[in-house]
Amino acid sequence: MSPAIIVVCVLGGLLLVAPGLIWVERRLLAVWQDRYGPNRAGPLGLLVVLADTLKLFFKEDWIPPFADKKVFVMAPAIVVITVLMSFVIVPFSPGFIVVDLNIGLLFFLAMSSMGAYSIILGGWASNNKYSLLGAMRGAAQMISYEVFMGLSLMGVVLITGSFSLHDIVEAQRNMWFVVPQFLGFVIFLIAGIAETHRLPFDIPEAESELIAGFHSEYSGMKFGMFFVGEYIGIMLISCMVTCLFFGGWLGPAFLPPIVWFILKMFAFIALFILLRASLPRPRYDQLMEFGWKILLPLSLLNVMVTAAIILWNENPQ
Amino acid sequence: MEATLDPTERLKQRFGTETFTTQRAKDDILTLWLPLEKIKEVLWYLKNEIDRPYILLFDLSAIDERSRNRENGYPSGNFTLLYHLFSFDRNSFIRLKVALNGEFPTVPSITNLWANANWYEREVFDMFGIRFEGHPHLKRILMPESWQGNPLRKEHPARATEMGPFRLFDEKQDREQAALQFRPEEWGLQSSSDDSDFMFLNIGPQHPGTHGVLRIVLQLDGEDIVDAVPDIGFHHRGAEKMAERQSWHTYIPYTDRVDYLGGVNNNLAYLLAVEKLAGIELPERANVIRVMMCEFFRIASHLVWYGTFAQDIGQLSPVFYMFSDREKIFDIVAGVCGGRMHPNWFRIGGVAQDLPRGWDKLVKDFIDYFPKRLKEYDAMVMKNSIFKARTVGIGIFTKAEAIEWGVTGPGLRACGFDWDFRKKQPYSGYDKFDFDIPIAHNGDCYDRAVVRVEEMRQSLRIIEQCWKYMPEGDYKADHPLTTPPVKKHTMQDIETLITHFLGVSWGPVIPAGEAMSCIEATKGANSYYAISDGNTSPYRVRVRTPSFPHMQMLPYISKGYTVADMLSILGAMDYVLADIDR
Repeated sequence: MSPAIIVVCVLGGLLLVAPGLIWVERRLLAVWQDRYGPNRAGPLGLLVVLADTLKLFFKEDWIPPFADKKVFVMAPAIVVITVLMSFVIVPFSPGFIVVDLNIGLLFFLAMSSMGAYSIILGGWASNNKYSLLGAMRGAAQMISYEVFMGLSLMGVVLITGSFSLHDIVEAQRNMWFVVPQFLGFVIFLIAGIAETHRLPFDIPEAESELIAGFHSEYSGMKFGMFFVGEYIGIMLISCMVTCLFFGGWLGPAFLPPIVWFILKMFAFIALFILLRASLPRPRYDQLMEFGWKILLPLSLLNVMVTAAIILWNENPQ
Repeated sequence: MEATLDPTERLKQRFGTETFTTQRAKDDILTLWLPLEKIKEVLWYLKNEIDRPYILLFDLSAIDERSRNRENGYPSGNFTLLYHLFSFDRNSFIRLKVALNGEFPTVPSITNLWANANWYEREVFDMFGIRFEGHPHLKRILMPESWQGNPLRKEHPARATEMGPFRLFDEKQDREQAALQFRPEEWGLQSSSDDSDFMFLNIGPQHPGTHGVLRIVLQLDGEDIVDAVPDIGFHHRGAEKMAERQSWHTYIPYTDRVDYLGGVNNNLAYLLAVEKLAGIELPERANVIRVMMCEFFRIASHLVWYGTFAQDIGQLSPVFYMFSDREKIFDIVAGVCGGRMHPNWFRIGGVAQDLPRGWDKLVKDFIDYFPKRLKEYDAMVMKNSIFKARTVGIGIFTKAEAIEWGVTGPGLRACGFDWDFRKKQPYSGYDKFDFDIPIAHNGDCYDRAVVRVEEMRQSLRIIEQCWKYMPEGDYKADHPLTTPPVKKHTMQDIETLITHFLGVSWGPVIPAGEAMSCIEATKGANSYYAISDGNTSPYRVRVRTPSFPHMQMLPYISKGYTVADMLSILGAMDYVLADIDR
């Protein structure tokens, strides 16, 4: 397939699925919370997606007079751009990848670090105290969880000997990495939730405390960008977990590889939503403590043990 | 032995016989008049020196006496200042009254004696224009700063129609807008310390975490709270003033709306006071019906608290489960009363109607259903480690601090003090029921939650006993002052017909006197102090609500914590804005 078609497919797919996730999330939450959720517009309430999108488009695009206008406009774009860019390196199935970079993982980490800018700039430019507090928390959270996220992946890289996601998936033909790298998987999942700032890590927006945190002042499509960015982020982390620890497209042959990939991805999206339905939110400093005092040592330990075992296997005495 | 303990004797020995005049009150609470000069010393003595001291300032208010048909023999003036103290050791109240003269009297403040006197004195200042000398921050508390007049004075209009049409001229609007400008000094806050500038965060009146129109001004150093100032009054509807223009009967629905989650508990607190005045004894069935409905509302209120508390901590789902359980309670309430949140169901001398056929099945279904759910919630909320991390050790106060600030109810019981008015001063036949008073020991947010969760189980026990042993009999007392008067007592002769007609049209004339009730409402001690001067409407009704002192304590217990912790503290406090502002 020519790269242009793949780009169009990936981009189009993502932008279509992301709003669809709003429906998935609302319906799933409703199931878990003993209520109906959106079920009026269209079959199973599916058209609520359209209604939501139209509403966002037609809402007044308001920039508060006290805001720093340029930065205010730029911030929501950053989150969408960086998350979409990350998808460049995701192998959906053997030939279906935009570019198979040999530094794929590093590219993903770099892009997700850039995402922190959107929170900081959005919160700062809003010139609102709630936004500022949210941005401060968001910056601290994302920067610290970045560290363990990177470290937790090193085990996988050590085993595979490559940063390319394609190679990583191929290396799991015999065994999914979730088995030898279980610790790495758990840490990556936690860090991933923190990166997407979803409950229980939704501290930058913490509704009951900060109203909407860093995006309190945003409305209309600019808010929509943060919103969609968050959902694409969830998909991205789900894709990464699938590729890195659950064998990507690999699966029994009765289903095509791409279907396996999508099934696995949606299982993790559902997990994200289930977490949101069940867990409360820790306090900001508790989250930091948990990161630096527990996750960091654990991920370092994981790297060391993995490396030691690999060395041992290469030249046993 | 008893004689030496009698506070009147002790007070007279100490301050002289002629200082005190004893007033007989219908509620058998010791009521003493004393001169203004002595009040501070006497209060100090009662709090600190007398044996088994009166350590709780239960209530502080005032009465405008100027248009009252007075009882003779008491030293009453234009206004009466009213102190209600409570002694846990004696398990009794004492009421102190001070006659004040002059148009806008000045009295000494007792804020240095009791911490919780602060807001009470501000309220009296706001409502009556009585000034308190030595008060650290004597400003209006419920009414806006630009309000003209003092609402509870008799010359202040009670209805909007008595005030002339409302107009908002430009300059008035400018003035009102200017009055809303935030200046930290006016709130008693400094804008910087030696080494840092503070940030002021305005939380509310519209904020998802405040559960109503509450405004809190936070003084922050980073995310740490240096000071917090609650701004209340947005929900103030003048419930006490309304009582003065309603008949004794038609005031009942207004009480429903004071603690709007507590439903009939409010009716009960008011009616107990009225029934004391009228001297009505209730038939047993009426009492048991009342107890059953009160306990249902206790569970309903605690469920709202449980769900919203979990939501404040960030847990999305519990609130949905708990509200659907509450809906089950409302089905029963609607089956019995017809109403839901505000059933307006109790009447003077009983309840509005007998229980409907099939009530026992509804109740039994709930008794069977609910314990399983509570168990599930324990696993979901109370045992959740993040929930614990957010609530254990947060917002701690000790028993002594709680009493100093006037905390009652679950907040007090979470400090390890098993004080429950249902047990200690049983009303409506609570002494006949078998239930425990749950307590916890650390006095933090988590313990307050533990107490409330266990209280739901105890309430269910009470309901089960009501269901099992519901006595036969009348649902309303056989007394001429009950409302609405029972129809079967009329149509005998012209006298009974006239009495019935007047009782229905004007409402009953409650005999002159004063009586206070005190019940264990859902949030703490709720008390109505009703004064009749022999009319068809109350002369004054004072509503003492638990949330008012609880909210006053917020700055004290949230200093040094972070913004996120303050939401835990607010959630664990379980207040209702209408219960604070009335």
